[in-house]
Amino acid sequence: MTDTGIGTILDELTTNIYDFRDEGTERSRVDEGLTEDIVRRISEEKKDPDWMREFRLKALNLYDRIPVPDWGPSIEGLDMDNIVTYVRPKSDMRARWEDVPQEIRQTFEKLGIPKAEHEYLAGVGAQYDSELVYHNVKDYVAEQGVVYTDMESALTGEYADMVRSHFMKLVPPSDHKFAALHGAVWSGGSFVYVPKGVRVDIPLQSYFRLNAKGAGQFEHTLIIVDEGADLHFIEGCSAPKWNVANLHAGCVELYVGRNARLRYSTIENWSKNMYNLNTKRALVEEGARMEWVSGSFGSHVSYLYPTTILKGAHADCEYTGITFAGKGQNLDTGCRMVHLGEHTSSLVTTKSLSKDGGINTFRSAVEVMRTARHAKSSVDCSSLMLDSVSRSDTIPVMDIRTQECDIGHEAKIGRISDETVFYLMSRGISEEEARAMIVAGFADPVSKELPLEYAAEMNNLIRLEMEGSIG
Amino acid sequence: MDDILLKIENLKAGIEGSQILNGLDLTIGAGETHVLMGPNGAGKSTLGNVIMGNPVYHQTDGKILFGGNDLTGLPADRRARAGLFMSFQNPTEVPGITLESFIRNAIRQRTGKNVKRLSFSRRLHEMMELLDMDESYGERDLNVGFSGGEKKKAEILQLLMLEPKLAILDETDSGLDVDAVRTVSKGIGQFQRSCDGALLIITHNAEILRDLKADCTHILVKGRIVKSGGPELVDEIQEKGFEGYLEEGA
Repeated sequence: MTDTGIGTILDELTTNIYDFRDEGTERSRVDEGLTEDIVRRISEEKKDPDWMREFRLKALNLYDRIPVPDWGPSIEGLDMDNIVTYVRPKSDMRARWEDVPQEIRQTFEKLGIPKAEHEYLAGVGAQYDSELVYHNVKDYVAEQGVVYTDMESALTGEYADMVRSHFMKLVPPSDHKFAALHGAVWSGGSFVYVPKGVRVDIPLQSYFRLNAKGAGQFEHTLIIVDEGADLHFIEGCSAPKWNVANLHAGCVELYVGRNARLRYSTIENWSKNMYNLNTKRALVEEGARMEWVSGSFGSHVSYLYPTTILKGAHADCEYTGITFAGKGQNLDTGCRMVHLGEHTSSLVTTKSLSKDGGINTFRSAVEVMRTARHAKSSVDCSSLMLDSVSRSDTIPVMDIRTQECDIGHEAKIGRISDETVFYLMSRGISEEEARAMIVAGFADPVSKELPLEYAAEMNNLIRLEMEGSIG
Repeated sequence: MDDILLKIENLKAGIEGSQILNGLDLTIGAGETHVLMGPNGAGKSTLGNVIMGNPVYHQTDGKILFGGNDLTGLPADRRARAGLFMSFQNPTEVPGITLESFIRNAIRQRTGKNVKRLSFSRRLHEMMELLDMDESYGERDLNVGFSGGEKKKAEILQLLMLEPKLAILDETDSGLDVDAVRTVSKGIGQFQRSCDGALLIITHNAEILRDLKADCTHILVKGRIVKSGGPELVDEIQEKGFEGYLEEGA
């Protein structure tokens, strides 16, 4: 029985599903690098309102002044002078797939988006490079007053004031260097507003595809779920692999009103040349519930720590996540819970898998403020290393400022035990299958939370990873 | 004995540089029940693990023939598919896989055929009832949070569902109370009758043998079988212990 070589062909397999490139799909692009001229040109290209142009320029100024983070995985391979921050696809946004140019439509068909939309989604937004090429929401959902549109239309549409008063208020450009970058060059993304008491019964989904070599994607997702409303939003993302660095620095801002519920599911499958420096934050009001489900499989380097601010009393958050780090991947992920209100609670369950020298670092931060009496928090993270060259670290931080709270933390790091493999094999199960079963079983608490189609996809990924891996 | 199932000749095996089995011979015929007794450290569990193909142990000499085929070098799953089974002393916990789906999976892999859901569940529930196990165990993760007794019953349940030709029971009775030993023993009796299964029962305890028909008893000392006899040997050991045999293993 050998531990080495598990999943050596796996990187190729896992990315191949998403790794196909399109030619001739661009209409225009800005020059490489980041200058005031480039930011002005993006703003012009996008026909920003004046305030947004000013916003971008201020953010650029911050970007120039904020240092690169020095506490995480190296991002030395990312040179902003080589990144194209804006690539407009050769199509305006359409509401019918037939109207989307064939090459681009085929990409989304391969990714299964139109089929998913037809079968189980209430609406879909599809972004290709820097702009949305498709956006549509089912009539009966729109009739309930639900707004689901691209950010660009939202800036000038009926909800322009609402957008302006929320845009980058949860994640200000001053937050960190890549939030500033996002503020300067953001493009695309979705705006969702669910009115009071409206429960959207099936999910909305936005899909982000970055096709252009050496480009960045900076979509902005703003979701406001009003009092007592309910929404499940899914985001997916992928890209073909290039031999140069690509960058994703999106931003997600979620506002969950009193007694509302928002479930935000992500399946991230960026190619292994991607720097994924993404920022996500939710503000949760009294009695409301925020649920994060996050699957991170791709990218070369990730910095990703969704933050939840439990502002109102009895606000509650559950975070469930899984990360897979393979060859050449350094995934620094985790989450942060800020308890402000009384009786707020947070529950974090994460799993990480590393193989072929992949590195997983899990950072959790639980902050319980003086006001958050009777708060409860429980963090449980476990890691499985599939060979002896992979790494897994856990870095928990707790800042607790009231005595009256209940805080728990548990971390486990382990390997697939030979004893367990032998046990399963003694029943007639092959070594390969035994390992796949153990890994799938390990991931089970998370895959159960994923939308059904994604759970199946994840199990397939695991199976592919284990196939042919026994020497 | 014309229908030989397992034939072990001059088996030498051990763990990382230390030899534990020192030239062991053992023959088990189809459908026969053999009892293996011996003092602590004699190599009883090692024998079970070496027959089953646990890669922790290395076979350095001798042969293990099963159904006429040499098992040397075969991985455990191939041995299992050939009809071998081992009940573990302390089976590991496997989160995320339910007992029921595990057994179904194992049957599928052994037979290469899909398992008919309805007849499978009927049989599973029958066997669970026999073993005094609540049906809800089928939905629980394999061995996770099971008590010692529950783990042993789950092992016997797998034995009954997988229907091997030869089952090695490695101290399946250890740590069980009298009632649990009887239940487990009932399950083993069922295996003898319904599958005409052969058994190698490794035990310290005569209690499990009370209701079971045994054909042979072997005494293992220092990696060798020093005495073989009929079921009466069990009573002798119960009475006098291994004292009289310790010299012979030297």
